[in-house]
Amino acid sequence: MVDFDVVDLPDHDAPATGDTAPDFTRPLVNDEFWEDASLSDLTDDGPVLLVFHTMAGAFPATYVWNELRDRGVPEDVQAVGVSISSPYEHKAFLEERDVDARLFSDPAADVAADYDLEHDLDGMAGVTEHRPAVFLLDEERTVQYRWVAAEWPDFPDYEELADALAGL
Amino acid sequence: MADEQPAITLYRLQACPYCERVVRTLDDQGLAYQSRFVEPMHSDRNVVKRVSGKRSVPAIVDDNTGVTMSESANIVEYLENTYGEGA
Repeated sequence: MVDFDVVDLPDHDAPATGDTAPDFTRPLVNDEFWEDASLSDLTDDGPVLLVFHTMAGAFPATYVWNELRDRGVPEDVQAVGVSISSPYEHKAFLEERDVDARLFSDPAADVAADYDLEHDLDGMAGVTEHRPAVFLLDEERTVQYRWVAAEWPDFPDYEELADALAGL
Repeated sequence: MADEQPAITLYRLQACPYCERVVRTLDDQGLAYQSRFVEPMHSDRNVVKRVSGKRSVPAIVDDNTGVTMSESANIVEYLENTYGEGA
């Protein structure tokens, strides 16, 4: 790692383990099309790994989805991302990264606000995106496991996540 | 995606006037529908080809009747005949 302190991110009040994750409806993008869908539609079908990440093109989005893909996570659980990227960008991202997941498009970052995970980007005036975070939700949208970035950048603890997935 | 999904699915392209024409008819008839957006490139529209036999949009799938249809004029006529006042 680097030999200097990376930037700390502020305290937050994101949903914690045992809380119910706020529901939302946004365009949900797969490799062929997008349509409005609710988080609760997905959890009705089974557990969901909800991944907040940077806009497509920034390396943290690439890293996190490469890692989840290489670990086979989308085969174990419905894996869905959320970022401010447009549906067109999401679709290109899924194709380029060959990721078997679906991505919510939340350009105004209102979902980030609902989860208290807004991240105002320094040097990009007016751009607020989602602070990197991971929520493992059961069928009732109850948070079973949570990880929230403490630094910028910061990446999920994939071993811990694997344990949480195994415990579903 | 869930249980309350409308019976009618509309495959559409953002800002496509033929698609908006179908939307206007759906709205006029008070019909609920689920929009699925595809991309401008025809080669990126395999899903539309799978459901309707060709890659053109708009296309609708109506689970009420089992009808799948392309071409906005045909769709408008179908919707009016099926759900309009004279139907």
